[in-house]
Amino acid sequence: MLAYLARRLAWGVVTVIGVLLFLFVLFFTLATPDDIARKAVGEKAPQAVLDQWKLNHGYDKPRFWNPESPGDTMLAEHFRRMLTFDFGNSDADDTPIGARLRSGAGPSLAFTLPLFVAGLALGISLSLFVAFFRDTYIDRMGTVLAVLAMSVSMLLYIIGVQFLLGKLLRWFPISGFDYSPDVMIRFLAMPVIVGLLAGIGGDLRFFRTVFVEESGRDYVRTARAKGCGEGRIMGRHVLRNSLIPILTNVVMAIPFLFTGSLLLESFFGIPGLGSITVDAVNANDFATLRVVVYIDSLLFIAGQIATDFSYTLADPRVRFG
Amino acid sequence: MPLHIWINGAVALFVLGAAVATWRLRRNALWREAGRELWRRRPLALAFVALYSALALCDSISWIDAEGTGVREPRSLLVRAFPVDFQEASYSAPLADVEFYGGQPLQHPGAHWLGTDILGRDVLLQALRGARVALLVGGLTSLIAIPLALLFGVAAGYRGGWLDDLVLFLISVLFAMPGLLLLIALIMALGRGPVQVCVALGVTGWVSFARLARGETLKLRELDYVQAARALGVSELRIIVRHVVPNLMHLVVITFVLMFSSLVLTEAVLAWLGLGIDGSWGQMIDRARDELSRDPIIWWNLTAASAALFGLILAVNLVGDAVRDILDPRTLRERA
Repeated sequence: MLAYLARRLAWGVVTVIGVLLFLFVLFFTLATPDDIARKAVGEKAPQAVLDQWKLNHGYDKPRFWNPESPGDTMLAEHFRRMLTFDFGNSDADDTPIGARLRSGAGPSLAFTLPLFVAGLALGISLSLFVAFFRDTYIDRMGTVLAVLAMSVSMLLYIIGVQFLLGKLLRWFPISGFDYSPDVMIRFLAMPVIVGLLAGIGGDLRFFRTVFVEESGRDYVRTARAKGCGEGRIMGRHVLRNSLIPILTNVVMAIPFLFTGSLLLESFFGIPGLGSITVDAVNANDFATLRVVVYIDSLLFIAGQIATDFSYTLADPRVRFG
Repeated sequence: MPLHIWINGAVALFVLGAAVATWRLRRNALWREAGRELWRRRPLALAFVALYSALALCDSISWIDAEGTGVREPRSLLVRAFPVDFQEASYSAPLADVEFYGGQPLQHPGAHWLGTDILGRDVLLQALRGARVALLVGGLTSLIAIPLALLFGVAAGYRGGWLDDLVLFLISVLFAMPGLLLLIALIMALGRGPVQVCVALGVTGWVSFARLARGETLKLRELDYVQAARALGVSELRIIVRHVVPNLMHLVVITFVLMFSSLVLTEAVLAWLGLGIDGSWGQMIDRARDELSRDPIIWWNLTAASAALFGLILAVNLVGDAVRDILDPRTLRERA
């Protein structure tokens, strides 16, 4: 177990280094510091202004090799900053990136956590229901509805819900955010509804497949032969044995949750990480974008390692040698 | 040479390639059977996909008129189906005779079935032209991603050793970066444009299929007929081309169809970030966003683009489900 833990962690570290290398290739060689500076100061700016901008934002060093002092390169600087979480300032408005991200984490979490929990609960209970009635018209209708729900663009869900609930019915404020809990709930209701709508189709289909497959197994027949009720079979035997594929799916959904919230946050004016990313894209702020990708990859890798361990909790047969 | 001639050439090559591929597949009894089964199950969805493809094809073939007609830029077959200079000054409602604001008489009264947008362009024509962009996003990206995934996945699975480690490393690095963010970063670094968007989508899209192809190759490598071929001294490349890759083709088809709709939907999201492809439905939806807050609201732009997008995605999703049921050996076993 300990050896497995060590191996898993080592692989995680190697992956992080790979991510950092990839980011370097992306932001220092594909888009060179000159390109980035040009975008910031404008196409027609004189060379002196360009050089000054590069100096101010730390893009002035040699990229790979510095003959005078070998450690003083962009590559080394990139790794040093990322690994010590010293992210420096934004390319666009010179505010510290670290502080902005910390201020965005709270609102992001306040939005994604309820969405995540509600989505999981809704997805599992709906698909258990549909799987319970497998091969009846309820099941077929559920599958058709899931495909329909999956075929609608996220943009349309956002625009539609905002228009219907916000503008026509005036149930919720159209967009905004507030830190006091009872006002926050009113602001977060619509983005959570949109998130649920957009996610439910895929979840329903995936969970249903897992449940239906699991309910064809021998142990289910045995339980039924012993007189176990259908509700108990679904709720205890099938649900528990379906946990492994569901767990994998749940962790894989975490980064998708983030990308989903990218759209939702900026549409509904939630000042979270998603909004920061969108602002960075619109302002050609490469420094912030780099950090956001890095942080999200770190979270994902940590999540992956966590799932591998959660397997051991969910399934006593899984033991790592 | 002007751009539109290159595009015409590429389209001709693509159609030729598709025809050859279809002809070769039809000679194989298993594929012919699968095709027939698909047609039996989803005739309507297939017809829809064909309709969208025909629209995209019509919009891809273009040429410049001879001197004297007054139009200098190349016009596609689809654009030619509409009158020359099919344009108004600004918004007009579907089938209206006058402009939406101001009530000026239109140049083509009652001819804009779905109205016009803010610049006075016909919405129906724009919605139809979106098919080309959508098929470009789905098609070109798959042409980039699937061969890449096959190359890496099969090589890693078949050779093993350091190559396998390297590919697994690449896969886990790309997989660790959240899809949409990686896409945004790639497009920001590569620059904006249709080819760049497709390359970025391809780079982010090949990973999961490469994983699948690697796993399948690991299994195939141990099968008797591959062992037999190896014992007979067949070269490695030939084993891969003749014995391994053909047995991955059903996965290629399933992946292609399932990937397609998510690619088109992702492009819509990118369009909203200002990173999309010109003329896509995503762009139309994005532009229509604040039209809903006008009073009276302008709904035809959004409706047309969303309906066109929804129709294509739904048809492809339905075909994709059927394709998976027909080709996936796991469900085949369950049915038997």
